[in-house]
Amino acid sequence: MTKYSVINQRAPRLDAPDKATGRARYVDDLKLPGMLYGAILHSPLPHAKILNIDTSKAERLVGVKAIVTAKEAPRVKYGVSPARYDETLFCVDKVRYIGDEVAAVAAVDLETAQEALSLIKVDYEELPGVFTIEEAIAEGAPILHEEFPRNICAEVHQEFGDVEAAFKECDYIRTDKFINKRQESGALEPHGCVADYDPWGNLTLYTSTQTPHYVMRTVAMVLGIPVGKVRVVKPYVGGGFGSKAEATPAEMSAALLSKMTGKPVKLIYSREEVFLHGRSRHQFIHEMTTGVKKDGTLLALKHSCYLDGGAYTSFGIATVYYAGSMLGGPYKLPNMKYDGYRVYTNKPACGAQRGHGAVAARALFEQQLDIIADELGIDPIDFRLKNVMSRGDITCNELNMSSLGMKECIEAVKNGSEWTKKKGKLPRGKGIGMACGFFVSGAGYPIYRSDTYHSTATIKLSEDGGTVNLYTGSAEIGQGSDTVLAMIAAEALGVRLEDVKVHSGDTEYGVDLGAYSSRQTLMSGHAVKEAAEAARKQVIETVADELGLNPDEIDIKEGRVIFKREEVDFTPIRQSYVREHRGWTDHPQEPYLTFKEAARLAYLRRGIIVGTGKYKPPKLGGSFKGAAVGTSPAYGCSAEVVEVSVDLETGKVTIDDMTDAHDCGFAINRTSVEGQMEGSLSMGLGEALFEEVKFGSDGKILNPNLSEYKIPTSLDVPDIKTIIVESNEPNGPFGAKEVGEGAIMPTIPAILNAVYDAVGERIFELPLVPERVYMAIKKRRQKGE
Amino acid sequence: MKKLISLKVNGKLYEVAVSPNQTLVDFLRNELDLIGTKKGCEVGDCGTCTVLMDGRPVNSCLVLAVQANGREIQTIEGLESPEGLHPIQKAFVDKGAIQCGFCTPGMILTAKSLLEKNPTPDRDEIRKAISGNLCRCTGYQKIVDAIEAASAEMSKRQ
Repeated sequence: MTKYSVINQRAPRLDAPDKATGRARYVDDLKLPGMLYGAILHSPLPHAKILNIDTSKAERLVGVKAIVTAKEAPRVKYGVSPARYDETLFCVDKVRYIGDEVAAVAAVDLETAQEALSLIKVDYEELPGVFTIEEAIAEGAPILHEEFPRNICAEVHQEFGDVEAAFKECDYIRTDKFINKRQESGALEPHGCVADYDPWGNLTLYTSTQTPHYVMRTVAMVLGIPVGKVRVVKPYVGGGFGSKAEATPAEMSAALLSKMTGKPVKLIYSREEVFLHGRSRHQFIHEMTTGVKKDGTLLALKHSCYLDGGAYTSFGIATVYYAGSMLGGPYKLPNMKYDGYRVYTNKPACGAQRGHGAVAARALFEQQLDIIADELGIDPIDFRLKNVMSRGDITCNELNMSSLGMKECIEAVKNGSEWTKKKGKLPRGKGIGMACGFFVSGAGYPIYRSDTYHSTATIKLSEDGGTVNLYTGSAEIGQGSDTVLAMIAAEALGVRLEDVKVHSGDTEYGVDLGAYSSRQTLMSGHAVKEAAEAARKQVIETVADELGLNPDEIDIKEGRVIFKREEVDFTPIRQSYVREHRGWTDHPQEPYLTFKEAARLAYLRRGIIVGTGKYKPPKLGGSFKGAAVGTSPAYGCSAEVVEVSVDLETGKVTIDDMTDAHDCGFAINRTSVEGQMEGSLSMGLGEALFEEVKFGSDGKILNPNLSEYKIPTSLDVPDIKTIIVESNEPNGPFGAKEVGEGAIMPTIPAILNAVYDAVGERIFELPLVPERVYMAIKKRRQKGE
Repeated sequence: MKKLISLKVNGKLYEVAVSPNQTLVDFLRNELDLIGTKKGCEVGDCGTCTVLMDGRPVNSCLVLAVQANGREIQTIEGLESPEGLHPIQKAFVDKGAIQCGFCTPGMILTAKSLLEKNPTPDRDEIRKAISGNLCRCTGYQKIVDAIEAASAEMSKRQ
């Protein structure tokens, strides 16, 4: 039994009954009177000059209400990071990938809108394109954006300590190279929105987004509407995983078309459009040289990385920094050098995806640690334990591990799996592997430079005192934040979970940067806790005044007012409550004063009781260039053991067993913590084994659908053993920190290490499709096993 | 040219004129406002639009409304009774089997069809039955837990 009555339990989610009955409304379920349907015209060419656009035929089609191209649309450049605003809503002079947005149409129905698109005639002059990193950075290669020679969108050069000097002290140094493939978020709900622009210049945008606040700002900036007149409302969202963390052309097109027509406009992406605009995980090419002492002490890492970014920057600047900075932990590594390059290619742009920037880097580094441990004759777990950081350690790139149960996680998976029994003892074709990882609990700084609060929250008590209304701009996208925040509010206020009603995902409910970088439990949680405490204080003070007590003598817990002094007569408060509710049948009968009566009294004495809260992290990190990326008020961490079977005749890998321990600081909703772990492992499994967005030589996606782009089914994922580790984070509300992304970190390398254990050959390229694994088995055989 | 069809949806009889190219999912969502049936891909890959046709799960994006003529359709909206949630719905809520919820209606209907054919499936049989319904959030584990729990609860009631 903890000292808490709501948090740290297993709460059924508040949104689950709506979702189980089909009542939950997602954006495509909204229908407004007079609503039109929008569609976007995509470029059929990967790189071409636009010579002319003729919309006259389409305009004459019956049912078409508006057509917009770069001629009519604002040409304000936007993007994610203000340092690289490189997109316009519609292509102005040239297109840069197959799918680039050329025009949009609004019509009375979707069929008409699509027919209109086919009637728009665009004359292009085809340009040579670049489709791989090598092609893009070659001397004399065609350039996507004139301002960026050699197609280098962003580069990072950092050194902490002195890597070359450290290598001289190393007894063992090795270099490896690793490549992953572009991966899709695979959120089951396609992106979409309904824009409703009224005659008085107010835009209401219902949209499937993780970040209502950023969408509001970008749409306002591009369309030239004051921020205060843009309201972004997030209905239920069918998953995001990073792909819905930025404003989309759908949102801006629909808003513009609504403004032009005076009607609401719905625009939903097809699955293929999700692949084109969904901002997948980048392809990374990592090279790492790691040096250690004979005794296993990790001394230095020299690291370079190239990212295939696609045609625009999106989150890419953060991605290229994350790809380096997130190797600063969770091991003590005094010297680290990183050179990162994000490269433009004529393909759809990549952005953020679960474990932003850090997943492929972790996949190589954790493999390399295993190789080194093997060379030194040390058990991989002992090797990691020797180097692991603990609470209070600061990485060489100045990330503060204010809590870190990494050691506890490693020990938990060692004891919770069959590691000791199986490591080194399995027959060929069977393997066991482990890995670790960590991730931020919310980015330390907003995407745009600002002193903004990262989250504000308001608690408003209903006038009868019986309902606690929580208003927050945070985004429930499936991860369970509404329930977690309601639990935090209930605990901090002293009421039951069922007394709290959550109003979230609306920019008019407060400022919140949204559901990305695993930030909401910690950051929105802080704001909610403060708001609840402020409301609680007012209720307690009112009761104290009324009864002539000191506020210190009153507590509120589980919906009851507790007097620390004996024999307090609260009958006048009850009598007044009953008098005010004559004819009502639910008068309080409890032998104690209820929160409801106390809150009613507070309303009568003070007016509507409102408590507000806010959160902004303190200044974090170093002062070097790019120091902000990777900073966070706290870091979650994970360790994982995976067992595999490999069919030595076909190369097919089966995941037999997964054990994951994650330090989330303090579990607010234990069921949701496990759910995030299970989901992360499943996603990592897919990325490791079969997920790959494939391209033709012209940059066209060959598998833009969920049959040929394979995400795990129920037959691919085994039952997962999840172990929750709680290190009590000093910077988190009630000690809580992230779980949404840290748990994906060890998954891919643990699988790679297990496959090596099974086949005896290292594989440095994803995904582990049978052909690739079989080639490794064959190579091993040729070496003369 | 619209075609007249008659079908039962969630126990209620409808006689309606539909376009020959209208899919069942669009018919259910647009004509009957049964928005619980979701559209994740529209080409039969993801299973979010699963409904039961004469008790068997089908991807309603691959079925034309006219093909439902004379059939009995059950959607997620048809599962609740005056007593409350169906045991499968309740188990999904209680076991944490729901995250974003977009796969949930289809998943629950597939589970219902499984439990009607096989009231006490083991975990492998459950996994096989739901393998046409994709879920990106949960890793399927708590969904399997929920279907197991619902099976136990429903067997107890009989």
